[in-house]
Amino acid sequence: MVTGLINANPIVYERKERRVRSAPTDIDEYAEEPIDQLEIFDHIRDIKDPEHPYSLEELKVVTEDSVEVNDRHSYVRVTFTPTVEHCSMATVIGLCLRVKLLRSLPSRYKVDVRIAPGTHATEAAVNKQLNDKERVAAALENPNLLEMVNECLAPTFA
Amino acid sequence: MDFLEGNLELRERQRLEGHTDRVWSLAWNPATGVCGIPAMLASCSGDKTVRIWQQGPSGSWDCSAVLEDNHTRTVRSCAWSPSGKLLATASFDATTAIWECVGGDFECVATLEGHENEVKSVSWDASGSLLATCGRDKTVWIWEMQPGNEFECVSVLQGHTQDVKMVQWHPFMEVLVSVSYDNSVKIWAEDGDSDDWHCVQTLNEASSGHTSTVWAVSFNSNGDRMATCSDDLTLKIWDTSAKASETSGSSCGSWVTQYSFYLDLFCDARDKRRHLCTISGYHDRTIFSVNWSRDGVIASGAADDAIRLFFESKDNSVDVPSYKLLLKKEKAHDMDVKLSAMESKGT
Repeated sequence: MVTGLINANPIVYERKERRVRSAPTDIDEYAEEPIDQLEIFDHIRDIKDPEHPYSLEELKVVTEDSVEVNDRHSYVRVTFTPTVEHCSMATVIGLCLRVKLLRSLPSRYKVDVRIAPGTHATEAAVNKQLNDKERVAAALENPNLLEMVNECLAPTFA
Repeated sequence: MDFLEGNLELRERQRLEGHTDRVWSLAWNPATGVCGIPAMLASCSGDKTVRIWQQGPSGSWDCSAVLEDNHTRTVRSCAWSPSGKLLATASFDATTAIWECVGGDFECVATLEGHENEVKSVSWDASGSLLATCGRDKTVWIWEMQPGNEFECVSVLQGHTQDVKMVQWHPFMEVLVSVSYDNSVKIWAEDGDSDDWHCVQTLNEASSGHTSTVWAVSFNSNGDRMATCSDDLTLKIWDTSAKASETSGSSCGSWVTQYSFYLDLFCDARDKRRHLCTISGYHDRTIFSVNWSRDGVIASGAADDAIRLFFESKDNSVDVPSYKLLLKKEKAHDMDVKLSAMESKGT
């Protein structure tokens, strides 16, 4: 039996042109620049979808607006939209987002990862797992799952 | 000490470094810290080891042993037997190891297998002859210790519909409490007639229980109250007293008779335990742990890196007890806080 892909024909969007940040005229060398929405989006936009050779940005699974950040409170929330309502890869995508942010942001950051409301059949169940620290830690000790996550994250280290 | 007087402070005495991954849990050895015996602490970590710490004569803490090369995954929880001679360690590798302390050295004397996947918590009962474990396979296992450090599984308790996060025995009765990802708290006891363990009560949303994962439970020293904490951002206080109706003069003889009288009362009535109050509005992120000290202070450790202490306020105008925040220690850790017996460690 051939198992088909969850979503054999995803809609692929164009990648948004990357804005070049202009250097600030008044540079205080010792001031830490607050982390903003774009910076966080830059961390996650190139994460590869687990099933297709496209990035989460290209599949519009995440957009710049799906990132809410409050640097002063060290808080970020990423809301992602799976390509199909019954996507069983939703948990893997959520894990990829978590791991990437864990590895990229200062440790003071609190991260919430959620599925966009109304876009998935088992939204509450997936959200609960993704935001359970112990479940996430145990899942990442699974070598197969960790390998899958690392493969999805590989393009982001380019 | 009147906690409600105010001006309380929580000061860090020492930072114990050594683990190379997050510390998930710790436990004080109950046979130490008294009678001139230096206090001893066990900590367990994602680095697959357990470290033993001892307080030296100068008052500072040093790592006196590292229990390694045993668990193959994160060690999630540890618990000392009441005698302080044995340490049980529960791991994501689905096993629970029993270590014996002989003159400062630790040797693994037993390995409890049976859970299908990650074991999340382990607890000894007051007598030291029963051990309870629970895990992601939704079950709670009860083990009985036999001579020669042999452990026999007495019962596999099914009932939770999801991951069981923690188990805790009543401070002196053979009654077990488990809390779960299924948002409920279950009370388990042995049926007097058949010696079968079963669930005598479930505290869920309908019983004013939690509306999200319940992470931990802690009894007060009397055993007549217990506190639970949850991802729903509240702490709940429950009345677990064995309400004796007017005694008819029976059972006041020997202690044993009294004990079984209360035990029967505790277990017979299905709805014995009830919700007393909910402490809400103080936490804005998951509360991972709660601990009720001997002095009656309730400490909570949460995902916002803070430790909060609560105490029952003596407000006589209401029937229901209410709890007041004594202090909040922000940034108690660099990351999320989980407490154990009035000491805390971060990830």
